[in-house]
Amino acid sequence: MVMVAFAVALWGVGWWVNTRLAEGPNSGSRAVQLAVPLIFGLTVIGVWELLVRGLDVPLVILPAPSTIAVRFSDSIPILWADFVQTILKGALSGYLIGCIAAFLTAIAVDRSDFLRMGLLPVGSFAAALPIVGTAPILVMWFGFDWESKAAVVVVMVFFPMLVNTVAGLREATAMQRDLMETYAASYWQSFFKLRLPAAMPFIFNGLKISTTLSLIGAIVAEFFGSPTVGMGFRISTSVGQLSLDMVWAEIVVAALAGTAFYGMVAMIEKAVTFWHPSQRG
Amino acid sequence: MNTESNTQPVIEARQLDLVFQTNDGPVQALKDVNLTVNKGDFVSFIGPSGCGKTTFLRCVAALETPTGGELSVNGMTPDEARRKRAYGYVFQAAGLYPWRTIAKNIKLPLEIMGYSRDEQESRVRNVLELVDLEGFGEKFPWQLSGGMQQRASIARALAFDADILLMDEPFGALDEIVRDHLNEQLLALWTRTEKTIGFVTHSIPEAVYLSTRIVVMSPRPGRITDIIDSPLPKERPLDIRDTPEFIEVAHRVREGLRAGHSDD
Amino acid sequence: MKSVLAVLTVVAAIVVLWYGACVPMNIKGVLTEVERAGAEVVPPGAKERRDLSEFALAARNSFAIPATWAQERPRLPAPHQVAAELWDTTVAKKITSKRSLIYHGWVTLSATVLGFAIGTGLGILLAVGIVHSRVMDMSVMPWAIVSQTIPIIALAPMIIVVLYSVGVQGIIPKAVISAYLSFFPVVVGMVKGLRSPDMMQLDLLRTYNATNAQGFWKLRLPASMPYLFASLKIGIAASLVGAIVGELPTGAVAGLGARLLAGSYYGQTVQIWSALFAAAILAACLVGLLGLIERAVLRRMGIAA
Repeated sequence: MVMVAFAVALWGVGWWVNTRLAEGPNSGSRAVQLAVPLIFGLTVIGVWELLVRGLDVPLVILPAPSTIAVRFSDSIPILWADFVQTILKGALSGYLIGCIAAFLTAIAVDRSDFLRMGLLPVGSFAAALPIVGTAPILVMWFGFDWESKAAVVVVMVFFPMLVNTVAGLREATAMQRDLMETYAASYWQSFFKLRLPAAMPFIFNGLKISTTLSLIGAIVAEFFGSPTVGMGFRISTSVGQLSLDMVWAEIVVAALAGTAFYGMVAMIEKAVTFWHPSQRG
Repeated sequence: MNTESNTQPVIEARQLDLVFQTNDGPVQALKDVNLTVNKGDFVSFIGPSGCGKTTFLRCVAALETPTGGELSVNGMTPDEARRKRAYGYVFQAAGLYPWRTIAKNIKLPLEIMGYSRDEQESRVRNVLELVDLEGFGEKFPWQLSGGMQQRASIARALAFDADILLMDEPFGALDEIVRDHLNEQLLALWTRTEKTIGFVTHSIPEAVYLSTRIVVMSPRPGRITDIIDSPLPKERPLDIRDTPEFIEVAHRVREGLRAGHSDD
Repeated sequence: MKSVLAVLTVVAAIVVLWYGACVPMNIKGVLTEVERAGAEVVPPGAKERRDLSEFALAARNSFAIPATWAQERPRLPAPHQVAAELWDTTVAKKITSKRSLIYHGWVTLSATVLGFAIGTGLGILLAVGIVHSRVMDMSVMPWAIVSQTIPIIALAPMIIVVLYSVGVQGIIPKAVISAYLSFFPVVVGMVKGLRSPDMMQLDLLRTYNATNAQGFWKLRLPASMPYLFASLKIGIAASLVGAIVGELPTGAVAGLGARLLAGSYYGQTVQIWSALFAAAILAACLVGLLGLIERAVLRRMGIAA
């Protein structure tokens, strides 16, 4: 019971500190903006730890953060192998192939109004479908190893990327296109000098959406069959063995990989579209 | 009007018609437009919205295709003239690319037209000086005021050797004070470069102050109702706008606009 | 009109490509079958054919091409096979049958909708809290945004098993997954929407000396509707994926996810494809329904054209 009381107290203290910070005079400063969510996160982890210990929650329901941390540091070789298999081989290669294919398709479609009119609704429709469902088919076609996961990722990222790129290539205003016309610019001149740069914010939006989709695709596809390595494989077998600390360790890896991947794309975006109002801040 | 009378006019329109097909049926944007613009003229087009002044300028630039009549630019069809890069066009908004610096924006047409790198540099320097923007080449458009952006867009239109400058309400979005200043600069620039300028506006003082000829237009159907040759001297300080001659011309323009409206 | 034609053309092109793809995909299997049935195949023997290209085989055994569209367990079923299976398992079967896709679809749909309702409700509540409390905004919002970059669906198998071990099963675990998958997009979209009124509009209400509550009901909430619906559409699609994935780990016997898994165990490709199309149709209907509601709501508010 003492632990539970501690948990309640910790929550109170965390919230009080954050309230003071958020409503204090420096709430606009960068340090406070970083500190408040961090304090909140640490408070949640602390409360979680205390409650799990205080209430003797069994491991098969919810492991304590410290247990997860221990499991994480003990299993780094396994986690690394899973990371390489699922993220680097499956997700990343599928992401690259899918995004490049969608980009090239978008350029091809862009030249024909008729194609664009036809493909855009079909593409937006496909982007809303539960495409992870193609995983069993693609596993059947490409085998258990990472190739089938990459294929799932290709299919998943293709349509969001296509729709965003096509929309982006339409982004240049009529006036800007008229200007190119007055210079008697060729199709490719106006493509590279005007429409491609103007499309960049949209393209990066597609690239960012696709980072998360690629991880989802690679992990879920492993639920349908995989070699004995990989994050999805590890999650489903560890769940079966009720070693939830391992499942949580994999989820930590997935979270780190997801944020890092997204963060990298966002950083490149910042460098490329520095001129866009949303980046100028 | 004397020695140049036997040279070819820069822009010549004969019975020009343009009908847009819209969802509400055909719209006669230009009807029976006849106009001759000679080398070195500063011609303003003035009239209420829908009178076809912008449409006419876009026809000259081959951004629209007339449905009837004849139109020649430098003795060619407008489209041939466009391919020969015969004119620079300045739009209502500066329309600078936010991802390029001012200098790189001015280089844009030069890159497209295949000028050498050295040539690009020296031309950028020249036109930046011409529009009074020295030292701003490395700034991005969004770091500049609206008036400076519009000056940069004029510099962009001047960067290549087009002897025609087409301007579609270039100062419409700017405030009165900035606009006065830019008008003065534009006149100075015109005197120095001897370009032929077509200028769309809906401000009477602006039209009278700038132009050697003022084309008054009226809507439904878009047509020319009056062409006024300005008696004002080529040298025009800002306070010329208080002289009787200026007020007289402005009055005639206003009368022309009112006459165009009377049949509404 | 022209756009309808364009869409139909694209769809027709996809169907043609699909039929075309069936030939190389299925030709090897077909040749093995017809050879076993006594037909003459060039070259004879499945072993000989293994390293030959599918296109060459199809060209040399063109008599077998129609069979690639009519196999029982093809690697890639032809469109009409999938359509026939869909018809068989929806219209021709009783809804109570274990083979009825309507039954399986309903199992998945009920979990999706329940979870979506819970997730959306909680998401809107949290968004309101975030907009009105600076502490909540600064503490929670960064995490809500980060959560969008994480494949949180990886939690699904664990949730199913944990809830099972405490005695909860059936629709609830799947609904929980659906709920948390729709929760975060709704929070982020709704916060954006509630913040969308600009300074001038907020200042106008201040000149009326309006209370916070009045500002919320008369300005912030109506202004947030377009954002809300945009994130609802993302949320419902995520919820459906969640419900389907939630059916995988326990070897559930009912639901579209279970059909996918069973099909992949037994190599019943036609069944997989029909379950996949059922899921796609379901997703399209749900998103379409939200679109209709959106139009009705926005029209009543006078926003939509």
